[in-house]
Amino acid sequence: MSHLGDLYQQVILDHNRNPRNFRRLENANRTAEGNNPLCGDRINVYLDVDGDAIRDIGFVMPAGAGCAISKASASLMTEAVKGKTVAEAETLFQAVREMLGGGKNAPGKLAAFGGVRAFPSRIKCANLSWHALHAALQNSSEPVTTESARDF
Amino acid sequence: MLDTSTLRADFPILARKENGHRLVYLDNAATTQKPRRVLEAIVHYYSSHNANVHRGAYTLAVEATEAYEAARTTVGRFVNAWAREGVVFTRGTTEAINLVAASWGRTNVQAGDTVVVTAMDHHSNIVPWQMLCQERQATLRMVEITEDGRVDLSDYGRALEAKPKLVAFPYVSNSLGTVNPAAQLTKLAHAAGAVVLVDGAQSTPHLRVDVQALDCDFYALSGHKMLAPMGSGALIAKPALLDAMPPYHGGGEMIERVWDDHSSWNTIPHKFEGGTPNVEAAVGLAAAIAYLEQIGMDRVAEHEQALAREAIERLSRIEGVTVYGPREHRAGVVPFTYGDIHPHDLATILDRDGVCIRAGHHCTQPLMRRLGVAATARASFYVYNDVDDIDALVGALRKAGELFTVPLP
Repeated sequence: MSHLGDLYQQVILDHNRNPRNFRRLENANRTAEGNNPLCGDRINVYLDVDGDAIRDIGFVMPAGAGCAISKASASLMTEAVKGKTVAEAETLFQAVREMLGGGKNAPGKLAAFGGVRAFPSRIKCANLSWHALHAALQNSSEPVTTESARDF
Repeated sequence: MLDTSTLRADFPILARKENGHRLVYLDNAATTQKPRRVLEAIVHYYSSHNANVHRGAYTLAVEATEAYEAARTTVGRFVNAWAREGVVFTRGTTEAINLVAASWGRTNVQAGDTVVVTAMDHHSNIVPWQMLCQERQATLRMVEITEDGRVDLSDYGRALEAKPKLVAFPYVSNSLGTVNPAAQLTKLAHAAGAVVLVDGAQSTPHLRVDVQALDCDFYALSGHKMLAPMGSGALIAKPALLDAMPPYHGGGEMIERVWDDHSSWNTIPHKFEGGTPNVEAAVGLAAAIAYLEQIGMDRVAEHEQALAREAIERLSRIEGVTVYGPREHRAGVVPFTYGDIHPHDLATILDRDGVCIRAGHHCTQPLMRRLGVAATARASFYVYNDVDDIDALVGALRKAGELFTVPLP
């Protein structure tokens, strides 16, 4: 049996309580919105991308529109990709996707979300911000939703 | 209070363990568990009487038809329907409301007309009317609620000044537990010339319902929220209204005669039951009603309301917990938030102790906006719940508070 402590690891509880880069970037040149229509979670991701470099990143969730997992995931994501190249950020996105899909842990602090795998109803909480980041990097103007992926 | 120790034994699923704990099922406003009597009725139907209804000349088909039509009579009597012809089987409340919106609505609502709903309606009693009003270029007017979660009667009065064609509201709110004064709301709407649809999804399982006493025109109900199978439900309507309405689904069963280029319609209720019906669901619904009637609906209501009062009192004693909804006239639905812990986190944490609650917007986003919250946690009770379940809920909430060291709002 999986334990709550596997899901709510200290690093996650900390980033939920004190989310990093939790702000709207006034000079953002890439933005994306993510929605989880099943639970009502909403996120806006803001990026300042200079050529190939992610100079700055921020995110905002309306009050109450983000659970501990989605907020901590967004916060840790901003720390992980700030200062990285677009290609490096995309590699991290794939690593998180692989981890949440049942694969090996993502690098560094992102491994904290490995515990989410044992809680299938919460996987979308963990990947919402990453899908929004991916959409922003792809310059997609369509809001992403956790329900947009088509199976079969 | 009901003797839950004997009742619980009737529900096979309650014997299962959830994460090593006794299953504490507190999501009854979403769907209820099924007693052995309902499960056996379904198995018995398929084991002994299954055939397609209304057409076979052989004994088996006659038996299946009799079982299906007997279920119609049972459902009609349970809510004191105007006539058994005024009981249309549907997949549930959602389909019943869509039937009225598509059939009665398209016939009677024209450009410039108004349809009235309330801000505490479930999406299933909002979206079909939005679709109708957009198609017809009619106006959808949403009546506001009071701070404690009741229909704002003065705003209701103002909405009726537009002489709406139809007024729709929930008898019991799935998000707040409010029991609305349905007879009074109906009387006021009728005085303004409106036809009235009552969403009975949350009232039929929990109160003694008498649609003739309410005097509404349409009443929609779901079986799965009252111990019956998913996919069971009904539209209860005044027969004269159904007679005047065009069909909803075209197909077999709903016709009288079919020519190359047109058809004539069967009588009600069959006119609205195109295609092979869900006989298993109807039979299961009848068995569920028999089970509930054996307990007695007054005792069911009393039991749940006692549990809700106890839960509200116990939850309110936890620092940081806010309980939503009116103090009085409420059913066994208890919505709450706990400090700044997101309801989804609460639901995950409670699940570890075997406690199943709902977290989210409960298909009532307009209501959530008015409450000023993105989501709430919701515990909802039924006949098999008892004070032990409330103990488990409160105990698990305390663990959540410790894990998150909850700061107060």
